[in-house]
Order: sequence, then structure tokens, then C-alpha cells
Amino acid sequence: MHFPSVFSSSTASPLPTLSDSAMDPPLPVSSSEPPKDIFSEPPADTFKDPLNKTSAEKAASGGLSKAQAAVPVKVAADEELDDLFSDSLGESGAAPVTDVLSAPQNDVIKKDIFEEPPKASTDLFGDDDDEDLFKEPLGAMTKKPQGSLFTEAKSEAKAARPEQSNSAAADLFTEEAFTVTPVVAAAKSSVNTSSKTNGLHSDEEDLFAEATVELSLDSPHNDRRKREAAKPSAPAPSLSASASTSKPQPKTLEELEEEEKEDTFDLNISVTNPEKVGKSTTSLSMFRSKQFTVRRRFSDFLGLYEKLSEKHAQNGYIVPPPPEKSILGMTKVKVGKEDPSSAEFVERRRAALERYLHRVVSHPSLLQDPDVREFLEKEELPRAVSTQALSGAGFLKMINKATDAVSKMTIKMNESDVWFEEKLQEVESEDQQLRKLHAMVESLVNHRKELSVNTAMFAKSVAMLGSSEDNTALSRALSQLAEVEDRIEQLHQDQASNDFFIFAELLADYIRLLGAVRACFDQRMKAWQRWQDAQNMLQKKRETEAKLLWANKPDKLQQAKDEIVEWEAKVSQYEREFERVSATVRKEVIRFEKEKSRDFKKQIIRYLESLLQSQQQLIKYWEAFLPEAKAIA
Amino acid sequence: MKGSNEDSAQSVNGSSIKITDVTQDGDTLTFAITSQKSSSSAGVCVFRTYEDFEWLQQGLFSQEDVPGLQGVIFPPLPSKPLPSTSLSQAKALKQLGFLALGDEWMIYCKALELYLQQVAAHTTLSKSKALYSFLNSSESPGKQCGKKGILNRLSQAMEEMRKEGHKDVDEFFQSERDSSTNLSALFKLSTEKFLDVVLNKQRLALACGHFSTSLHLCVNQDNPTAVAFSKICLKLSDIIEAVKINYEKVSDNDISTLGLGLDLESRYQEAKREMLFRRTCKLVELETANRNSERAKPNKKAIMEGVQKATQKEFDIISSVAKQEIEHYHRDRVSLLRDFLICWCEKQLSTARESSALLSQHLDACKKFAV
Repeated sequence: MHFPSVFSSSTASPLPTLSDSAMDPPLPVSSSEPPKDIFSEPPADTFKDPLNKTSAEKAASGGLSKAQAAVPVKVAADEELDDLFSDSLGESGAAPVTDVLSAPQNDVIKKDIFEEPPKASTDLFGDDDDEDLFKEPLGAMTKKPQGSLFTEAKSEAKAARPEQSNSAAADLFTEEAFTVTPVVAAAKSSVNTSSKTNGLHSDEEDLFAEATVELSLDSPHNDRRKREAAKPSAPAPSLSASASTSKPQPKTLEELEEEEKEDTFDLNISVTNPEKVGKSTTSLSMFRSKQFTVRRRFSDFLGLYEKLSEKHAQNGYIVPPPPEKSILGMTKVKVGKEDPSSAEFVERRRAALERYLHRVVSHPSLLQDPDVREFLEKEELPRAVSTQALSGAGFLKMINKATDAVSKMTIKMNESDVWFEEKLQEVESEDQQLRKLHAMVESLVNHRKELSVNTAMFAKSVAMLGSSEDNTALSRALSQLAEVEDRIEQLHQDQASNDFFIFAELLADYIRLLGAVRACFDQRMKAWQRWQDAQNMLQKKRETEAKLLWANKPDKLQQAKDEIVEWEAKVSQYEREFERVSATVRKEVIRFEKEKSRDFKKQIIRYLESLLQSQQQLIKYWEAFLPEAKAIA
Repeated sequence: MKGSNEDSAQSVNGSSIKITDVTQDGDTLTFAITSQKSSSSAGVCVFRTYEDFEWLQQGLFSQEDVPGLQGVIFPPLPSKPLPSTSLSQAKALKQLGFLALGDEWMIYCKALELYLQQVAAHTTLSKSKALYSFLNSSESPGKQCGKKGILNRLSQAMEEMRKEGHKDVDEFFQSERDSSTNLSALFKLSTEKFLDVVLNKQRLALACGHFSTSLHLCVNQDNPTAVAFSKICLKLSDIIEAVKINYEKVSDNDISTLGLGLDLESRYQEAKREMLFRRTCKLVELETANRNSERAKPNKKAIMEGVQKATQKEFDIISSVAKQEIEHYHRDRVSLLRDFLICWCEKQLSTARESSALLSQHLDACKKFAV
């Protein structure tokens, strides 16, 4: 609900702050209304501007996404702002940084923008990044120094949302990925979750010491960067003792920083993949440069999904679904409503896109898709064709339609492998459970927000008391109390944001993912159906041949024989396809489940850390207040 | 609280007064009150209902032979308890505020206890026969018809409210009245807002409970991966449960310390205002008497002057008693608030530390979780 210090990202990257942030729990939260809120400062305005600006740019480029079309009037205004923005960027960049500094968590955000913590949890922030950056010759534009950033689109600034989660997510998913051959990838389910846990990076370093490329802007610690993926054939290095039990997979990560420009707002997404330089393993040589910063519109993401879905869904792959389009949210943002909810919306979307991308690149097969590479690398993408079908509602509708169509099939699939049937049931019951949980979390978030509001009112009333009270010591104590309550209010807000971003979004993501899982089961059904149909056709052709033989029509006989051959081939092809799809589905589902567990575990740890930090802050506040109370005489 | 020890044999040791038990019978609550005389260690236990408390309060108001009684700030008696069986929680909250919260009327009992202790600690009121009878008589005195004594503001007619704004002759009192009005409103507001916060925390605890229970339902033992996921869900369930318990403790702390303190302070402020109002009424009466006396026809003049002199005397006594009371009040309320604030802070600190330790344990356990 707060807008992370987007601006902080630019400029400073003050190393010291970054390291500070390392200590902090992942979610940078502060920042909504309170004084520290950077949005109250000029940068906040610029925040609006980039939005407008980008829309302006977009408008200029001629493509108006649907959402934007809804607010055509805005375009003109945007253009003006464009200039404004470019000028103010520097300033905005600077200002927020300072603000951000006051809030440790924000530092993290800053960091995020510029560097992508490769995948890990928060503590990845180190000071080394910058050095590393310059050490490595980078092919592509690197975002590192603020300067480069600014050369990019101005909009870079935005979005520094807690990246940790993303990086973490990336970690989770990247674990198994990266092997060139599917075989290798599939087999290892072990994940080194431990690598993800906060602070356990050292193992990585040891493991991948030989990794060459590393730029990882984001990973503060050099060791982290060393995740270099050894060639797929390289033996998976065993994690150092500190790591968890599982063995880490060699990882290939490429580092990227993306700036996503929605029609009216910018998103900064960081995906990091250290790239391996110098070794040309197929999987690695895909990416030419180590760091990329590209701008993508929201519709580009949808377009990516569409392409991936077309190509892979029918083979039984679980293609991660993109975040949903929200006309209402976007309209609010475009209209420039500067209220917490629109900031929250932007942040939410940015985080969702980042997670989406992480899932895509951590999928071993999808990572190799040229469309993905193009998405990550190419400067300008052709505007995605009508992505309406992929709006949130549209997406779900699509899934549901597919599901319905399949279930309407009169032929009940002769399930040779009961595993699939059971799994499908599990998936469905899980879907229900997750939806229920999601509703609970939302209720929790609302209560916390309410608590925050009530606490603020209480704080105000106590402040008034303090100023009216005659007894000086009591008056001072009451004023102190008002301040304590104010800070507690901030804690409540932060906690609400955490609840939301950690859990609500996690659950929502998985509900959508389960939809994708169901879709892939459907694809398998379709493959089966094709096979069965082919078999039926073959049977018919055989019958025809038999009839022709009996009727003794030699001229048509040859044709019939040809057709039989043709259909025999088809039957065997479809059978093979079905088997292949089944195997893929099976593999995918297993991988999905493991990732789900890892994902949830990671988020829970993140949540716990934020709870713990909250409590510790609370302790500090009470400890500071106690002497004041005792001093009343 | 005030725990003064009186010397006279008859007097009760204020700090020894405790409400040890409360039982509910339908709509009636019966309180068990124990106390000790200051001169002996023998304890007395009596059973009283709310009516008895009202009787006591009335008795205090209607004491005769106490000069300047109207200048006394009477310890405020909490409102009548509304057992939740008969009325909804919302109504109880409206009437009693914080005193309606807490388990088993504990907070309410505490408030009653404080009331008795304050009466017993008051130099004038502690000598009242009504108090003695209340604390010692085995019979319930509440059934007796109380004499009409000083009326509380609540029973005063609306037209008397006008007098509230009557200008004072004494600067000290004028400023006391002004600040009283102001502070009393602010305290009331703060108490209300704090109540909102506490109720919100309770709702939050409830929501956490629901979430935690739902997580429990996500158990699936079919295959190893599902088992792993179930374990994670259960772990989260435990964590959320811990969060819920923390919120419950925090809100309990709030209620039993600061909530009670703010409630008491609010009611005491009201009591002070009432005293000041009574004095103001007397002032009005005096000024009327003065006017009457001046304008009186010669045949009535002597009587009027007599009335005037008597009223003047009463007023002066009331004022001097009031001044003393106000000084005591200022001193006592500050120490009261101080105690409550310290208690609140210490309790919250200790709860936060406990919670922090527990969360830390959970965090360590989670990190070791093999997935």
C-alpha cells in the first residue's frame, strides 16, 4: 500500500545504506502517509509524471493500450509532463533517496532498482555491487550507475518494490532450472532452499567460484553472484554445509533489469540471472550481455504469455499466467489520482510482473524459448496484438472454457494412470482451499489497516491531551505517548502491507497457477482425444478397405490402403505425443508442487522476519517510553 | 492507589479493601468484599450488589453535619453493570466503556474496588457511617430507602445547566472550571479512541484465529510433496495462532491498565466538574440572596440578610473545602495516571518480549524446515 521509494533507486545507491538494508527484513514497507513518505515530497509529484510521461510516450508511439484508450484525454497532458519528468528526474531521483535513507527498508528498495539481488532474499545487498559492475565489461547497457539509468528511460526510477521477494522467488525457481537438457533439469528436484534463506550466501560463493560472469549488480555480495551455472554437465556442486540438505543446481542467471512501462507508469522489475561469459554452453550463450534494461509495457507481458502459451501449453507445460489487467486500477493511476490506493496498485502490479517474470525464467524449458530472450533483450518489441483475451477475467474465462470443453467430452478418458486422476482432484481441492485462505488474508489485511487508522486517531487525541494538560511531566509523558502511538501506527501499516504482499499475493498467484495446471491437464486430455480420434479414423479406414476388397474395386483400394498407412502413422504419432505430453505434465506437476512448497516456505520466513522486526521495534518504543512514564511526578 | 491508614479504631484500612469474588445470578451481580480495620488484622467479608453501592453513594451525599460537603469531590461510582445476558455487547460498551470488557467482570470489579478504596482514603468520607455499615454489616443495606442528598448532575433539571457558564468571583475557581471542561472532554475522547483501538485489536485476533484454523484444513497426506506442503501450512497456522495470542494479550494489557486508568480519570474529571458546578450553583444562590437582601423591603430585610449571611458562610466553607479537594485531586490523579501508564508500558514491554522470543523460535524452526 505504500509506494516504495521508487525514486530512491536512481541516484544514490549509497553503499552504506544498502548494507544497512541488508539487515532489514525483506519488505520495505514504510512510506505511506507519514512524514517520511517520499510522496509528500516533490518526487512524489514526479511519480505522477513518469506515469503521465510514459503514457505520453506511448501515445506518441501510437500504441494505446486499451486501458489508455479509456482515458484519451490524458495523453495531451502527458506530453507536457514528459519534459517535466525528464528534468525532474534527477531531482526526484535524489530526493527520495534521502528520504528513503531514513527508512531502512527503503534502502532495500533502492537497491532493488538498480541491482537485482539475484535471487536471494534480502540480505543480498552488499556493497560490492558497484565495484563488480565496473569490473566486468558489460555488453549491454548496465543500469548500474545512476547515470546509465537515467540515460535509459527516465522512468527507471520507479518501482523499487521489494525485490527480495522476487529475487527470492527467482531463487526458488531457478534452482532446478538452467540445465540445458531437460533431463538434467527435471531429475533434480532438490532445491537448495537454504541458499535462499537470508544470509546464507557463502555457500554459493564457494560453489561457483569458477563462475566467470558475474555482474550481478544486485547481488551485493560477490559470492552471491557466483552462481554461475556450470555447464549442465558439470556436477552439481554440493552446497556447503550451511546450506540445506538439498543440492543446488547449477544456476545460470542472467541479470537484467527491466523497466516496464505501462502506459502511464513505470515499473522496475528486476530479474537477475548471472550470465556466464566465456563458456558457450547452449543455455548460456543465449544471452549476449550481462545486463539489460529494457522497457516493457504491461501488454508486452501479456503478449509474452500468449506466445508462450501457444507454443508450450499444448505440450503439457505449465505456463505461468501473467498478472491480471485491471481497468479500474489503471484508470485511477492514469487519472493521476495520487492516493495510497493507486500507489498501492502500481506497486502491486510491478511486484506481480516481477514474480511472473521470475517464474518464466526459472522454468527450464521456457527459459530457452527465443521469445523469452527477445522479451528480455530486445530494445523495442512490436506492440502485442490484442491482449484482451489475457486480461485477468479473460484469462480465467479462457481456462474455464477449455476446462468445460474438455469435460463436456462424452468419452471418459480411459485413465491408464490413476496418478493423473488423483492429481487433478488434488489440484481442484487445493484451489478451493487457497481461495478460502485468500479471503481470510484479505480480511486480516483490512483489520490491520483499520487498526492503523484507529491508532492514528488515538495518537491525535492523546497529543491534544498532552498539550492541554497542566502538569508538565504528565503533559510531556502524554506527548511522548502520542508519538509512540504514531510510530506504532506505522508499524501496523507496514504489517498490513506485509500481510498483503507476502500472503495475499502469494495465494492469488497460486490460484492462478493452479488454473494453469488444470489447463495442462486439459491439454493432455486433448492429446488423448486426438489419439483416440485417430484410432477411430484408422478403424474406419480399415473397414473401408475391407469393404472395397469385398466389393472388388481395385482403383479405390490403393487409395484406401494409402489412407490406412497415413492414419497408422498418425495414430502412432498421436500416441507418442500423448505419452510425451503425459510425461511432461507429470514432470511439470511435480516440479510445480516442489516449487510451491519452496515458495510458501520462503514467504513464511519472510513474513516471520517482518513480524519479528515489528515486535523488536515495538520493544524499542516501549523501552523508550518507560522512563518518560516513570518521570511523571 | 490511595492507601492511607486512618488512626481511629473505627476506620477501615483503605488499601485492604478488596473485591475478591463476583457471582452472577441472572441479571444480578453479587460482589464479595473483604476489608480490614486499620487497628486490627481481622478481616470482614460481606456480599453486596450494585444497589448497595448506590445506597452507599447516596449515603455519602446525604451526610449531615459535614460542613462544606458540597465542596467534596466524590469518588465516582461506575455505572450499573449490564450483564451481557440481557443486553447486547454494544449497549454495554456504550454504557460502561472499558469496564464492560475483560473476562468475568474483572475490570469492573477492579473499578468498584478502586471506588471503595478512594472513599476509604478520603479524610471526610471515610468517617461516614454509611461506609462502615456497607463494609461491615452482614445485612445488605441497599434495601433501605436512601435519604435524598446531594443530587448528582444527572438528576438536575435542564434549566440548572445554564448555571454552568456562570462567571466566577474567584480566579482560581474560574480557571479550574475552564480547564476542567476542556480536559474532561479531551479525556473522554481519548478514552473512546483507545476503546476503538482495543476493540479493533480483538477483531484482528479473531481474524487471525480464522486464518489459522483454515490453514489447519489444508492437510493432505497423499504423497510426500503434499505432506511437505501440509507441514508448511501447519507451521504457518501455528505462527498465525501465536500472532493471535499476542494480540489478545496486548489488548488485555490495554484494558487492564491504560483503559481502566483512562476510564477512571474520565469519571473523576466528571466528579470534579460536578463539584465545581455545585459550588457555582451555590454562588448563584448567594448572588440571588445578595440581590434579595439589597432589594428587600424593610420588613423582610432582616430575614433576607440572615439568609444572605448564612448562604455566604456556606459558600465560603464550600469554597475552602473545594480548594483543598482540588489540590488533593491534582496530586492524586497525576500519581494515578502515572501508575497506570507505567504498568501499561511494563506489561506491553513484557508481552512484546515474549512474542519476540516466540517468533524467533518459529523463525529458526522454519529455516530448518526441509522442503
